[in-house]
Amino acid sequence: MSDEKKPLKKVLIIVAKGTIEDVYAGLVMANGAVMEGIETKLFFTFFGLDAITKKKMNSLHTATVGNPSMTMPGGIPFPTWLGGVPGIEAAVSAMMRKQMEELDIPPVDEFLEMITAGGGEIYACKLAVDMFKLKKEDLIDDLNGIITVGEMYELAAGDYSQIIFT
Amino acid sequence: MAEKTYAGVTINVDEEGYMTDSSQWTKEVAAEIAKEEGIEELTDTHYAVLEFIRQKVSEGATLTIRAIGKSGHTDIKGFYKLFPGAPLKKATKIAGVPKPSSCV
Repeated sequence: MSDEKKPLKKVLIIVAKGTIEDVYAGLVMANGAVMEGIETKLFFTFFGLDAITKKKMNSLHTATVGNPSMTMPGGIPFPTWLGGVPGIEAAVSAMMRKQMEELDIPPVDEFLEMITAGGGEIYACKLAVDMFKLKKEDLIDDLNGIITVGEMYELAAGDYSQIIFT
Repeated sequence: MAEKTYAGVTINVDEEGYMTDSSQWTKEVAAEIAKEEGIEELTDTHYAVLEFIRQKVSEGATLTIRAIGKSGHTDIKGFYKLFPGAPLKKATKIAGVPKPSSCV
């Protein structure tokens, strides 16, 4: 066994879902990689595209219906029927965003700026962009490209490189 | 616990080279640690950021890249340029404070 350290050199993180928690999981991992000096690329596809769509990125929601992990403050069970009451999902989502802000976790637009400021790259999936009929101008200005799956794999190529799918 | 000699002074450090006694820190010590980390010369901006980090840590605050970007001394892009590679890890090491425990 060799004790030689072989640190990760590159990471490609795929974000395919658009809920607050799915998007932030990807962003926190991406920013953490940039901070470690790891070459970092983010690939947004399907509903994950919401995170780089200007009009939606800062008002992402969490699902209050069909989310068995949901509890009320203090750990009280969150009744399933309550999740469907109008306004509840928006209120819960706003509360989640507020709690993250308290931990100095920035809103999505600022988080993406932090990642690109450190040299991280951001890509959108061509197929999903076409499917949702999005235009380049609907997406963030800092986008490195709208690319195919094949191009995504090219980006991830190399030694000590990992792909993470959230 | 290990010891290292910087600028003629013996400094207590942990296994990763982070200073364990922040009061031993001087600008000269910082300059020597910086050289080990591949930063040839510390500018006034470097020192302003290091002082900011030392102050935040002494206040018990959790250090984040975001906070440094809002410190008024540099923005996040500038911070990555000042301490290339892993800025928060490098800057805290040079500032003589413990390795940061934050994720952002």
